Amino acid sequence: MNDFVFARSQMAMSLAFHIVFAALGIGMPLLMAIAEGLYLRTSQPVYLELSKRWSRGTAILFAVGAVSGTVLSFELGLLWPGFMEQAGAIIGMPFSLEGFAFFIEAIFIGVYLYGWDRLSPLVHWLSGVVVAVSGTLSGILVVTANAWMNSPAGFKVVDGRFTETDPIAAMLNPASFHEVLHMTLAAFVAAGFAVAAVHAFFVLRDRHSLFHRSALAIALAVGCVSIPLQILSGDLSSRAVGRLQPAKLAAMEALYHTQAGAPVLIGGVPNDARRTTDYAIHIPRGLSFLLTADPDARVVGLDEFSESDWPNVRVVHWSFDIMVASGTLMLALALWSGWLWSRRKRLADQPWLLRALVAAGPLGFVAIEAGWVVTEVGRQPWIIYGVTRTTEAVTPMPWLVVPFIAFTGLYVVLAFIVVFLLRRLFLETPGRVTEPSPDSGRA
Amino acid sequence: MLELLVAICLSLALIVYALTGGADFGGGMWDLLARGPRAARQREAIADAIGPIWEANHVWLILVVVLLFAGFPSGFAAIMTALNIPVTVMLIGIVLRGSAFVFRKYDSRADEVQRRWSTVFGAASFFTPLFQGVIVGALATGQIRVVNGHVGSGFFAAWLTPFALGCGVFALGLFAFLAATYLTVDTRDQPDLQDDFRRRALLSGLLLGPVAGAVFLTSKLGAPELFHGLTRWWAPLLLGLTSVFAIGALVALWRRRFAAARIAAIGQVTLILVGWSLSQYPDIVTPDVTIGNAHAPDVTLRLLLLALGAGALVLFPSLAFLFHIFKGRRTASATE
Repeated sequence: MNDFVFARSQMAMSLAFHIVFAALGIGMPLLMAIAEGLYLRTSQPVYLELSKRWSRGTAILFAVGAVSGTVLSFELGLLWPGFMEQAGAIIGMPFSLEGFAFFIEAIFIGVYLYGWDRLSPLVHWLSGVVVAVSGTLSGILVVTANAWMNSPAGFKVVDGRFTETDPIAAMLNPASFHEVLHMTLAAFVAAGFAVAAVHAFFVLRDRHSLFHRSALAIALAVGCVSIPLQILSGDLSSRAVGRLQPAKLAAMEALYHTQAGAPVLIGGVPNDARRTTDYAIHIPRGLSFLLTADPDARVVGLDEFSESDWPNVRVVHWSFDIMVASGTLMLALALWSGWLWSRRKRLADQPWLLRALVAAGPLGFVAIEAGWVVTEVGRQPWIIYGVTRTTEAVTPMPWLVVPFIAFTGLYVVLAFIVVFLLRRLFLETPGRVTEPSPDSGRA
Repeated sequence: MLELLVAICLSLALIVYALTGGADFGGGMWDLLARGPRAARQREAIADAIGPIWEANHVWLILVVVLLFAGFPSGFAAIMTALNIPVTVMLIGIVLRGSAFVFRKYDSRADEVQRRWSTVFGAASFFTPLFQGVIVGALATGQIRVVNGHVGSGFFAAWLTPFALGCGVFALGLFAFLAATYLTVDTRDQPDLQDDFRRRALLSGLLLGPVAGAVFLTSKLGAPELFHGLTRWWAPLLLGLTSVFAIGALVALWRRRFAAARIAAIGQVTLILVGWSLSQYPDIVTPDVTIGNAHAPDVTLRLLLLALGAGALVLFPSLAFLFHIFKGRRTASATE
């Protein structure tokens, strides 16, 4: 392997690691704030206990998210100095605003975690709300910078030089809205289902645990409200990608040939040499219909582009299918839960639903990782879509295998420790709030 | 003009990072060096002092990086290329320090486990600021050459020189001194601990003098432009004022005027870094990358300044709130 491959691998690995913590850093403060808000309204101690417990997990996740995010901001220059030299002035705007949003988040997470005894309950809860809002905002701002790489705007290239910089137009580029919406909802979906899985596991062991039932109810509610919206935003996103990055869409759908009445291909093995996708399930005219509502519409295939401008079709297509499958499974679970809820059933008495929820715990994160593979691998071979190739932006630094191995090793170890500590936290289930209470809700 | 304003903001952010985030690293150093019958309580006092604020203090570094790459993109690209190795090492230190600190807090209370995290936390608190000092020092050596936007001096230039290494050691000393001085105020309810940190502050404060002298001497050969800057007309004035603060800090520590010592130490470190920035002006990477030739277009700089202004309106009240809650004068013990 050469240094370019190691640079891409290190960037991919760093993002894949950070995004888990970033998504939880957006989702967990929301859960915390909901739990503490319920405590303020109902005065039930279980909600206070819950927000404290979740806040301790959040402290660990936030710290690792903050340091891995710091690594990424430097890696932009360590690995892609050519990119930063061109893009720094254009996309610096969302990053500097993100700096302030992150500042506010870091300040108020300190206030929240260490301020239980020093603030009035209302001010403490408001600090948690500020963490949730600023965390979401900083995620939104970073995603606009990524959207710019996929749909560059706000500059002109004259003789190889970037001129007429317009950072506001760059920030509000055509991909910003759908990417931001999709990623923000993804964070809520992933955090909701992952936390629900943990508490569903404990409810299965002890269905009278008020603590875990309340936790399950809040997390599942967040996940179940977000997932249908997420499916809709996914539909919006794929139509936008079809408009802005037709080569990426063609790779996502493994569509080699431009055609009217294009089918949806599910699974299968894309074959670049023969330009066919073998063994796939076909839904005739499905793609044309999904993209335009007209089953006979013409959809651009990969054959419209020079093969040197194709992303890796297999990786993109399979990742796309994994993301969609994960989303669909979570939607099914949400519908199942919602149906039981509407029939006034206690979810704690539904062992099969609980088991399914436990099994579905990682799906939100599977979808996030697969979705980012679609976005980033699908953008290749460009680092700025249609403008700069990734190979032109890489650092001249040799021996990139060394930092790649160092950071990979470091992150693997950190991941194990985080899982170990979170497990430790969950196993200390509080005993004093487990008595069933007649008016404790239906979770 | 605009680029100068952004550069001033960048310098200020770096100075505040040294005063806050730097002191948190200093806390980690004293954690590793905790000795004697009160070692455990010293560690606890350090953890209580930095716990609520270190995440926020760390963000100043992010602000520095963002201002650098948005305001001076080609400077950022050159630094990250020429100093790829020390920056990478510093990042590993940042990851280890932050993770170990929070892991220690939420892991088992068993001595063995706590000691393991303390060692990682403390060791990373040493080598991270060491490399931060090396990186800043390397920029002034004049050995990083950038020709037509490409780094022509390789990946080992500048940062392995005695001057850069001296800057690293100096950064360690500054942060250790700041941390020990702050901790004398943080431990005002525990006189025995306060005495421990007073001794540490005095010791590191006294050592700072000779280290600063050594760095100054090596700069004559190791960073001639910086040396030249430090011998300009305003330099004796600044040096005199810095000395007043430095001696003031030591005297105040000696006489147990800890609040005054903290102010004097902050003044001292601020003046050192202001002097540094002035001597380095207008270079970002001496001699080829300057504020004048590396800055972003005016429209970007104007928006950056606007964002900084608006951000400051939200940031400073929030910071004031944070420090008021956790550093204000009150006797309640710190709990989770």
